[in-house]
Amino acid sequence: MDATLSVSNGLLVVLVLLNFAVLGSSRMSTLIRMVAIQGLLLGTLPQLRSDVLSWHLIAVGAMTAAIKAALIPLLLRRAMRDVRIRREVEPLLGFIPSLLMGALGTGMAVVFSNTLPWPAAAGGALVLSTSISMLLTGFIILTTRRKAITQVVGYLILENGIFTFGLLLLDAVPFLVEVGVLLDLFVAVFVMVIILNHIQATFLSHDTTRLSLLKE
Amino acid sequence: MTAVLTLIFIVPALAALAAVSIPQNRLRPFVLPVAGLAHLAVVAALLAASPAPALGWLLLDPLGKVVLPTVSVLFFCSALYAPAYLRLRDDRPNRAFVTSLLLLLATMSLISVSQHVGLMWVAVEATTLGSGPLIYFNRNPQSLEAAWKYLLICSVGVALALLGTFFLAFAAVQGGAETSLLLADLVRTAGQHSKPWLNAAFVTLLVGYGTKMGLAPLHSWKPDAYGEAPGIVGALLAGGLTSCAFLAILRVVKVMNAAGLGAFSANLLVGIGLFSMTMAAVFMVRQRDYKRMLAYSSVEHMGILALGVGLGGAGAFGSLLHLINNALTKGVLFLSSGNIHRAYGSKSIDNVSGALTRLPASAALFLAGFIAITGSPPFGPFVSEFTILRAAFETQRFAIGGAFLLLLLTVFIGMGATVLAVVQGRPPAEAAAGTFRDSAQTVLPIALLLLLVLGLGVYLPPPLQALLQEAAAYLEVGR
Repeated sequence: MDATLSVSNGLLVVLVLLNFAVLGSSRMSTLIRMVAIQGLLLGTLPQLRSDVLSWHLIAVGAMTAAIKAALIPLLLRRAMRDVRIRREVEPLLGFIPSLLMGALGTGMAVVFSNTLPWPAAAGGALVLSTSISMLLTGFIILTTRRKAITQVVGYLILENGIFTFGLLLLDAVPFLVEVGVLLDLFVAVFVMVIILNHIQATFLSHDTTRLSLLKE
Repeated sequence: MTAVLTLIFIVPALAALAAVSIPQNRLRPFVLPVAGLAHLAVVAALLAASPAPALGWLLLDPLGKVVLPTVSVLFFCSALYAPAYLRLRDDRPNRAFVTSLLLLLATMSLISVSQHVGLMWVAVEATTLGSGPLIYFNRNPQSLEAAWKYLLICSVGVALALLGTFFLAFAAVQGGAETSLLLADLVRTAGQHSKPWLNAAFVTLLVGYGTKMGLAPLHSWKPDAYGEAPGIVGALLAGGLTSCAFLAILRVVKVMNAAGLGAFSANLLVGIGLFSMTMAAVFMVRQRDYKRMLAYSSVEHMGILALGVGLGGAGAFGSLLHLINNALTKGVLFLSSGNIHRAYGSKSIDNVSGALTRLPASAALFLAGFIAITGSPPFGPFVSEFTILRAAFETQRFAIGGAFLLLLLTVFIGMGATVLAVVQGRPPAEAAAGTFRDSAQTVLPIALLLLLVLGLGVYLPPPLQALLQEAAAYLEVGR
């Protein structure tokens, strides 16, 4: 148990490091790959964090990995190829400031997590810190990047952060809700990709700064 | 009777299937009034049933009994209006539009009867995805931008609501209580739950569902979405969907009250309520786009709902009554503004004037809707806003009451300037030459809604009063 717990804690740290890779990178294929790796890690975590081997957890992990690491990256790559956009240029907040904000947010997440009460078993605060760090990374990407695909990547990181916290509840939350979560995520991204294609048809680019007709 | 409970979302879902399978563009919109009438009948049967029908995770609780009939009446009136409107837009396919409207009704009904916090969340998420195509109906760059913003911002909001739901479950785990996400269990064991985790859950859920409801500062999608969507969609979103999101927040407030944390949630609600009203007032003064003005009016009234529940007691009663009044009045305003938009082809008061000459009936309804929503007698919102104001003064919170009055006055003046610019004066020559005229199908459904708003202002039927009192008491157990 101790060994698997330290492995899972190590994976949580890797998840946070992947956030920084996303915040500091402009290449979209890199962004999509980083989010896919996050999804893959999230697929292995449910089993690692449990004492007993159960089909239920294996199924949850496999579905998570299939959707987050294979299906959605595939959709995004296809959208990227259709519009021939490879890079996020001139984000509203530069890459270095983004990294600094991400680091600051992660630090604050750790402080906040330790103010809440935790059960005696170790690891809860680390899970919440990782979760909030991913949430904040998602927010930063969503609000400071111009391309629609990058914004979808931001949304995915945010969803990954929420799934990370869900790890603490795998015994308590029924199966139906878990499936609902994955299904919703898939449908949400699916709808977004459809709209992406409409944006392409209407504006001939996925640049959401072109989407600035509606101003106060 | 328990099986009838499932009909509440099965009927609109089946109607959606019918809408998909009907090939004729002209025939398809008529599914809407039929489905609306059937939905109304199911709701009436459920309200008449005693005790309240329950089935697994589904139960029509006293709060649902306020929201569900409101949504049903609003949908029915909008559905009566829909065929004539879609006839005007005959150039574009309406299959996705009609189907999405029905799916929106199905998911809104599911929210009203969900007693499982997870199921309720899934239903709210489904409304977001279902309403995206409605906003994009006009297929122009502006509506695309509005739909993208709406989807992205609301998806983020709903994702946060999921995190809040997880926090709620973890509060039970941490407190050593049984982990059930059923509302009745959460309320029963609320005393054992971990208090810091419950507070964290409430804040996250308020932000999450508050985004969906359009409380400031989480309202940035609203002016764009309501401004670009057809009037009928604005009516259903501003009157129906926001009420359902508020219902989701109310159910969490109930858990907070039961856990003895009512003061914490009440203070947050009062704060965010007054802030929403302030933001709305700021943007409504000198607003030149009359549909965006209605969106800010929606932000304002969401603030009033939050404020009333935060004040508690008579305020909670007033807030629930205001939910009904706001929904029906928003129906009047959005549908009549849709007619004006059709006639002038513009949403800006730079191009729109003299609507009382150009479209006498629609403009009169628009004007009456403005008078009603700003809380003037003899309409319903006057009664509910006055009840909330009284609750503030009776509990000695003079600063809050004073701010509430001042903000209502500011909104009245700001909104009045825009509305009068629309209805008064002489219509521009090109608008006067247009073909769109008031007709029975585009006016009578709006008049019906206005009649209901007027009725609620003049006389509150005892059964409705009992329903509202029961809901307010149910909400405030433990506070």
